Amino acid sequence: MRWLLLKDLQILRRSPLQAVLLVAWPILIAVLVGFAISGGPSKPRVAFLNEVPADARISVGGQQLPSANVRNRICTRVECVHVGDREEAEAKVRSGDVLAALILPGDLVDQINSLSTLTPGKPEVEVLVNEEDPIKSELVKDRIETLLAQANLAIARRIAGEGSHYLGLLIDGGQLEVLGQEFPILGLRASARILETLEPALPPALRSSLHEVTRFAQQARDNLDVAAPLIARLAQPIAVHRVSVGGSSPPLEVFAIAAAATLTLAFVAVLLVAGSLALEREENAFPRLVRGLVSPSALLVEKVLLGIAVGLVVTLLLLGGLAIFVPLAWDRFPLWLAAIVLGGAAMAAAGAALGAAAREVRAVSLLAFMVTLPVALLSLVPSGSVGAAVSDAIDVVNALFPFKPALRAMTGALDSAGPALGWPLLHLAVLAAAYGLLARLALRRFGSV
Amino acid sequence: MRASGIVKRFGDREALRGVSFEAEAGELVAIIGPNGAGKTTLLSILAGISKPDEGEVGAIDGGVGWVPQQAALYRRLTVEENLLLFARLERHPDPQASSEQMLALTGLGERRDEIVARLSGGNQQRINIAIGLLSRPRVLLLDEPSVGLDPRRRARLWEFVSALAEDGTTVIFSTHDIQEAERYGGRLLVLADGDSLFDGSAQALREAVRREAPEAADSDFETAFVAYLQHRGH
Repeated sequence: MRWLLLKDLQILRRSPLQAVLLVAWPILIAVLVGFAISGGPSKPRVAFLNEVPADARISVGGQQLPSANVRNRICTRVECVHVGDREEAEAKVRSGDVLAALILPGDLVDQINSLSTLTPGKPEVEVLVNEEDPIKSELVKDRIETLLAQANLAIARRIAGEGSHYLGLLIDGGQLEVLGQEFPILGLRASARILETLEPALPPALRSSLHEVTRFAQQARDNLDVAAPLIARLAQPIAVHRVSVGGSSPPLEVFAIAAAATLTLAFVAVLLVAGSLALEREENAFPRLVRGLVSPSALLVEKVLLGIAVGLVVTLLLLGGLAIFVPLAWDRFPLWLAAIVLGGAAMAAAGAALGAAAREVRAVSLLAFMVTLPVALLSLVPSGSVGAAVSDAIDVVNALFPFKPALRAMTGALDSAGPALGWPLLHLAVLAAAYGLLARLALRRFGSV
Repeated sequence: MRASGIVKRFGDREALRGVSFEAEAGELVAIIGPNGAGKTTLLSILAGISKPDEGEVGAIDGGVGWVPQQAALYRRLTVEENLLLFARLERHPDPQASSEQMLALTGLGERRDEIVARLSGGNQQRINIAIGLLSRPRVLLLDEPSVGLDPRRRARLWEFVSALAEDGTTVIFSTHDIQEAERYGGRLLVLADGDSLFDGSAQALREAVRREAPEAADSDFETAFVAYLQHRGH
């Protein structure tokens, strides 16, 4: 068997394209995933035209609020391309230089300020989008809506903060600044105290009326104390309290690395083994081999070992490359090996079944690609994101093909917060045996002359 | 080598209908017949690749070497790597020595490091035969070995095969080339539609033609053979 393994490695070495792909693929994936994980999400380029006068401020009750710094808030979330006028913004959107253009009209602050008057206006910002691409259009819609929601929230918080400040002044007293001059405000608390002090000195006929005023001041103070946090809640009426159920999950970057490693292992093992087995037929060598030189079962074992060996090297190369960008838990290396070896065995056995069924190298390569890619994508669909019937169908596919258990095993091997390794490894062992049996059955018609 | 009452069916079609024959050590037996006669099927059964539905093939001491019509070797390996691989799979005590022996036998020693895919069809066929000989078989089965070879290479091939027979190897080959069968086959086995029509020397076949199709008796061997088949209803 070792001579057949050596022969397959010699053939692999003689196929420059295949050899280059086997080395280049993990490096390329490692670099792409590494940059994607370590570089953070990219910011969309948005043309930004701010026609609002620099000194314009949102005012509440005749008082100007400090700047909410909406422009800075927006430009930290998108890459702002500052433009001079509307025409320039339109040109950039049309040419595809920017994803969209956001225009803050000159009267925006006035329109916002009018909301607290008897003749409220309709504050609007303008978004220019190139509608040629529906996906791009939808993306812009989502991004801009999120940005505006964040801007609205920032403004609402400022208003709520100022409201709470005035309320505090009313309750506790202090200095109110109007047109550059400060006026003392006594406040309800101090007013009630003064009235309580004065009450014994008053004639009994007035004392009862004063007592009612004092009581009102106390009630107002106590109830307005409760109103302050209520106003603050208006800025964000519904808070999110996140509760995690169903165990812990690994960090997203670990999942991304596991997905990249499993996809690499799947492509290498399935394509290589399927192609290598089909090559035995294409070269007419299969009948010669099984005439007493090697049994069909031993040939299958050799192909699966080939898939595991090459898959192991390529996947470790990928993980080594990713370790440059993201720290990996090298102390879990034995678990990596277990996940890669069993995942590789199941993938290779599936490749052998495909190779034995299709028999021609070109056909089998296409078939392996067409099976592996959709199954890999299906296994990444989160449960609950599709209808019940589709979800059930996806579960069946995930149970029958080794990608999902291999992904779970890889995630569990890379991070302690991942799934437990036992079941995925057992699942992979069962699938390796089942696909091995299928491949053996398919080989019965493989050698017909 | 002995085969008796061989029947092989593919679905409803009978590819071989009770074919029997024997071949002695050092004999060169040519299996001839039109397309679909059952030549390759018979050779694959003798080689042990296919199993007959009826009949049996006698056990052979020393094994059977099989050389399929299409070269069964790895085209991306070199000539020597192919020979070494199969020598190792045959568990030869000294695979390198066996490989050297075959390189000398085929005359491809100087091209040992060439990738097989770059060799001509004739040279690929020589390696194909050499691999079949690696097991040092007492019986060598060749399925249309000269297909695609030019006359010069064909002559070299038969020189090589005749030398093996002279050394005591039983050689059974199929061919479409009737002149080649007449020239190199010590015995001819004629198959048509799965039936065994004739088993004997080329001279005996001539005499059979003279008896059964006298109008073609003085024609060339191929014409006489076709007339014989027509006379026998094929």
